[in-house]
Amino acid sequence: MSNELVHPELADVHVDEDSGDLSRSEVILKGALAAGAVYGVAMVGPFVRNALAMSGGGDVGILNFALTLEYLESTFYKEAKTRAKASGELKSLIGLLADDEQQHVEALTASIKQLGGKPVAEPKFDFPYDNTAGFLKLAQTFEDTGVSAYNGAAPSITSKEVLGAAGSIVQVEARHAAAIRLQNKQEPAPDAFDPSLDESQVLTAVKPFIQ
Amino acid sequence: MPESKERERPTAPPADSAIARVVKDPVSRRKFMALTGGSAALAAFLAACGSDSGTTTTSTASSGGSTTGTEQFGKGDIGILNYALTLEYLETAFYKDVIKSGLFKGAELETIRKFGAEEAEHVAALTAAVKQMGGTPAPMPKTKFPLKNAKSVLELASTVENLGAAAYLGQAANIKSPAVLASALAIHSVEGRHASVLNTLIGESITPDGAFAKPADATTVLKSVEPFIVS
Repeated sequence: MSNELVHPELADVHVDEDSGDLSRSEVILKGALAAGAVYGVAMVGPFVRNALAMSGGGDVGILNFALTLEYLESTFYKEAKTRAKASGELKSLIGLLADDEQQHVEALTASIKQLGGKPVAEPKFDFPYDNTAGFLKLAQTFEDTGVSAYNGAAPSITSKEVLGAAGSIVQVEARHAAAIRLQNKQEPAPDAFDPSLDESQVLTAVKPFIQ
Repeated sequence: MPESKERERPTAPPADSAIARVVKDPVSRRKFMALTGGSAALAAFLAACGSDSGTTTTSTASSGGSTTGTEQFGKGDIGILNYALTLEYLETAFYKDVIKSGLFKGAELETIRKFGAEEAEHVAALTAAVKQMGGTPAPMPKTKFPLKNAKSVLELASTVENLGAAAYLGQAANIKSPAVLASALAIHSVEGRHASVLNTLIGESITPDGAFAKPADATTVLKSVEPFIVS
């Protein structure tokens, strides 16, 4: 069934935001275009590429890819508890995000092992920011990238269980993204369709933060 | 967690762009993989998975021996898309009524307008997708919402958005076509964003289910929205 939906001419589809009659293909194209416009495509950091090469592909590979991102977010928020100089509402939000991301790390690690895979090692990270505003800017990038990464990888997942679990995480990432965007005085849901990113685009986006 | 189910998916990780993935979408194949036992973290993780509890009084097995609870809207992916379309119609009508009610102004009204416009885009996209697959789009339901005051409306909006997000999550693993799945996911996370904002506005946690969002099956969702559907 799915094959008859595949149109090679998709790449030439014109995306008109105001058409009010977006086809499914256009929806996907729109997402991809938005993602490409934001991140572009560049070389992948050798460290990350090696980590992924070890992951073995398939569902385990995707879970390890997700684990790398969750390590990044988890470490980022753990550090931010003191480094972001936050108070009040934002301070509580950082606590919640740190806790959620740590749970994602633990669940992905356990899940990879359960599938007979080897969880990737936690990379060393470096987050360049000096104040609350700098923290929030990075947080928005990470959360939006996280959403797009899961959305981009999910259709390649084979197991129903793994897909369901990835879906339950991506929804939480989207909730985080909206909350951080509100803190940044940005539109919390900027588009009707969240863009998706492929692995190389995601790695390009996070590479500057991996030592 | 029910028994392990295999999805019809290419097993390779994403090659490059979403476009390339759709264009190159290989012939789907099945393989069997069992998950047994599990740590506490994995248990929590899997508990958050899409449930397979499509065993309803109205649903009948249409393919593959499993039910989605969306069979009344059509077979397979078309049924799921039409189910989603019905929910999006409902959300769009809700926001339209809320805007008309005059209960909101300023920043809150802008948020409501934005979310309403996005739901309308979802309606358009899902309608087009159903047609493209050779199906007949579900009709727009007649709706009625209790719009008493700003507080109760925001609470209802939060309920509707959280339910919408859970509904997409509940169907994700039932979707056969990777292209349809990609589109559903692009909408699913936007519903999650909406839910987060509305939860913030009413002073609720942005993640009421914790670190893993819970899915809702079609029967539960349809029952929850029943009071708002006139015909």
